[in-house]
Amino acid sequence: MPATAEPLTHLARLEAEAIHILREVVAEAHNPVMLYSVGKDSAVMLHLARKAFYPAPPPFPLLHVDTTWKFRAMYDLRSRMAQESGMDLLVWQNPEAKARGINPFDHGALHTDMWKTEGLKQALDHWGFDAAFGGARRDEEKSRAKERIFSFRSASHGWDPKNQRPELWNVYNARKNKGESIRVFPISNWTELDVWQYIQLNQIPIVPLYFAAPRPTVERDGLLLMVDDDRFVLRPGETPVMRSVRFRTLGCYPLSGAVESTATTLADVIQETLLTTTSERQGRAIDKDAGGAGMEVKKQQGYF
Amino acid sequence: MDHPTTEPSGYAVDDLIARDIDAYLDLHQHKTMLRFITCGSVDDGKSTLIGRLLYDSKMIFDDQLTALEADSKKVGTQGQAIDFALLVDGLAAEREQGITIDVAYRFFTTTARKFIVADCPGHEQYTRNMITGASTADLAVILIDARKGVLVQTRRHSWLCHLIGIRSVVLAVNKMDLIGYDQARYDAIVADYAEFARSIGITRFTALPISGFQGDNVTTRSAQTPWYDGPTLIEALERVEIDTARDASAPLRLPVQWVNRPNLDFRGFSGLIASGTVRPGDAIRVLPSGKTSTVARIVTFDGDRAVAVAGEAVTLCLSDEIDCSRGDVIAAADAPPQVADQFEATLVWLADEALIPGRGCWLKLASQTVSATVQAPKYSINVNTTEHMAAKTLDLNAIGVVELTTDKPLVFDAYADNRTLGGFILIDKITNATLAAGMLHFALRRAQNVHWQALDISREARAAAKTQSAHVLWFTGLSGSGKSTIANLVEKKLHALGKHTFLLDGDNVRHGLNKDLGFTEADRIENIRRVGEVARLMTDAGLIVITAFISPFRAERALVRAMMAAGEFVEVFIDTPLDEAERRDVKGLYKKARAGALKNFTGIDSPYEPPEAPEIRVDTTRESAEQAAERIVNHILGNRLAMI
Repeated sequence: MPATAEPLTHLARLEAEAIHILREVVAEAHNPVMLYSVGKDSAVMLHLARKAFYPAPPPFPLLHVDTTWKFRAMYDLRSRMAQESGMDLLVWQNPEAKARGINPFDHGALHTDMWKTEGLKQALDHWGFDAAFGGARRDEEKSRAKERIFSFRSASHGWDPKNQRPELWNVYNARKNKGESIRVFPISNWTELDVWQYIQLNQIPIVPLYFAAPRPTVERDGLLLMVDDDRFVLRPGETPVMRSVRFRTLGCYPLSGAVESTATTLADVIQETLLTTTSERQGRAIDKDAGGAGMEVKKQQGYF
Repeated sequence: MDHPTTEPSGYAVDDLIARDIDAYLDLHQHKTMLRFITCGSVDDGKSTLIGRLLYDSKMIFDDQLTALEADSKKVGTQGQAIDFALLVDGLAAEREQGITIDVAYRFFTTTARKFIVADCPGHEQYTRNMITGASTADLAVILIDARKGVLVQTRRHSWLCHLIGIRSVVLAVNKMDLIGYDQARYDAIVADYAEFARSIGITRFTALPISGFQGDNVTTRSAQTPWYDGPTLIEALERVEIDTARDASAPLRLPVQWVNRPNLDFRGFSGLIASGTVRPGDAIRVLPSGKTSTVARIVTFDGDRAVAVAGEAVTLCLSDEIDCSRGDVIAAADAPPQVADQFEATLVWLADEALIPGRGCWLKLASQTVSATVQAPKYSINVNTTEHMAAKTLDLNAIGVVELTTDKPLVFDAYADNRTLGGFILIDKITNATLAAGMLHFALRRAQNVHWQALDISREARAAAKTQSAHVLWFTGLSGSGKSTIANLVEKKLHALGKHTFLLDGDNVRHGLNKDLGFTEADRIENIRRVGEVARLMTDAGLIVITAFISPFRAERALVRAMMAAGEFVEVFIDTPLDEAERRDVKGLYKKARAGALKNFTGIDSPYEPPEAPEIRVDTTRESAEQAAERIVNHILGNRLAMI
């Protein structure tokens, strides 16, 4: 009998770790859900879920906390992937934000707070989910680096960084009291490069906006914004210009900065990502709020 | 700020990325992964070293660097130079305090490997975070400040790493720049450490003279230490053997996490292979049942596999339809793990609340969760001197050796042989907090040799012969609340109806069975545990058992509830307010307690935790004893009628 040849590669170990986490939550939680934002990290998460429970479909639904302001291409892929995976797709739009017409042009930080932070809490309460998978990674941001894989939230969805449960080995304590919930991050230990490479190796479908193409854009406040539909309010003097651009992260289109690029294949994108010297979240306006502690404050308030 | 003068080979990848991205991706795809921890005392320069590793591996982007430069000027401790520690110290609170208060995970990569670093805190009160970081690490970098040498914390961290089973240790003597790269001083520190390391069982380690601040011998060989010809830190990290590679050659262990049953034609057992290698056709044994079968298929999303190894998450199909569910372990048929319910183990206490010997808690080991009780420690261990000390309990960050008992047999290996099947956590049944991390040593003989005696007449048959269902009516409430009075009435009524009952009274039991017990928290727990066991035997006999004990703690009542079959345990909360019970003071005990003549008296200087969801609640200020007894009897018989 030949000895096993190679030790596992880092991607094989990361994949196994994520699958282990997904299965553990399904075994221990009453009503889990996978948050699905249609971005590349969500694409990897969905793929991992399909692997973890194959040949069964993943035994939980996908939840998209929608702001109504995502790129059109994201809505297209969302429908396609739900169908392909055989999973239920739940969409939640904060009714209050809808009624008040909260939008990224007029309401700034309130837009993210109402649609995303509040919307997520509402959706979790509405369906009574006690465990929610998220695609956050520790390499994204300083305060993320210290978050556990199983992150406990109080009944009001608050996060207490000083009172996290210690996580030993790969033994996860998923017990919680009524009303409490867990956010679970199966790809905590992945880097942006790992995500890209995994997408490449597994040929995972992603939103075409990650690849460069000529798109109508305007330059505003140091960000290159794409005019994705006719709700985009142009300021005096602004005229959309066709530029070859792509997106490093995807969110609400009026808040997602594009980068000029000619990368049309995954290899090109990875190459550009590796050679670039601007970190991933810089294209997002959200982290700049509230000074240096932006994300940490948002998380204590219940942002994912 | 000094840049390395020569570009180390491990990082010289930018050129390849630009020239041939496919070649680079191919290289990256085949990298292995090493997880390591850095530990040292406050100010040993851990964060600075990690910041340096990230910086040198180009894991810092322009915008982060800009923020870092600004932060360095504002709150940095390095004057105008870049304070690498600011990169790593994430949370706002600790940025202000200037210390790391939690485990942070960082990522960097060289051409040979991807690395995950757990940055572990040096403060004494955060031992639990260090244990957390160390539990997933293949290697530990122990940092020493060259000006200070081996400190108490150095010993503690080294011993903890050894305890948790880290096999590779790198001793990084840091801040060499501040002692003028003095070889004699370095050699003395290494010799000092070697002597200590040997004393705790660390036989091999790699020592390096470095400066995290200046970058000496971190990624590039330093010109300042011509007398040193060993590897740089990065070289040492790239060369060490990874644990999962070794695990693949051990006997197969696959803890079943989830049974995959999408339809009647497919039944697969999913789990992460903890050790060993598996191929279709391999003979396996399922523990604890001991049933054997062979592996039919190794199923994955990417197609069936011919072989799978330790560290992979797979789904196995077996050739026989045998019982196997979450918590079971699929193992090599000829080298199965052990099964037992009493153990000796080392515990690292992680919770603010101290260990309460005898109190039930959850024990989670791989995918098994059982109820467990921990005895008073045999001894605790001084982490600074490794001396054994007498201990009655374990406080936060204490480490001790204990015996523990589980309510169901546990499939296990000694921790030294298999981290997955020997490492466990303890969970508080009420708060769900993680109380402790544990490492199993061995099973105690008495558990191996005492087997359950199977009885020919079932408990159901015994109850049926009495035309009743067995029950435990568990009265709880303050002293003087009326428990015994109502319990007596209930028994009389049931007896009059021809039911077979037995009343276990608190005071009576303490005259005999439990006369060796006092009223400390630990003794009260043991008192209730024994009563629970007696009640269980009586329900086996088919009796309706009535108990009247203060039983002040929720955890113990939950423990007894867990001993009984579903629906059998009826918690009766005699809800008399303290002032009312004290006013009645039937036995004159409150007066004595108030006078200080009685210690640990419930309601006075010992807490009473009221039931959250009792089956029956009796408010004695609104309901007479007679009415309450009638209601309780109806509840019991109503239950019985419903069951027929």
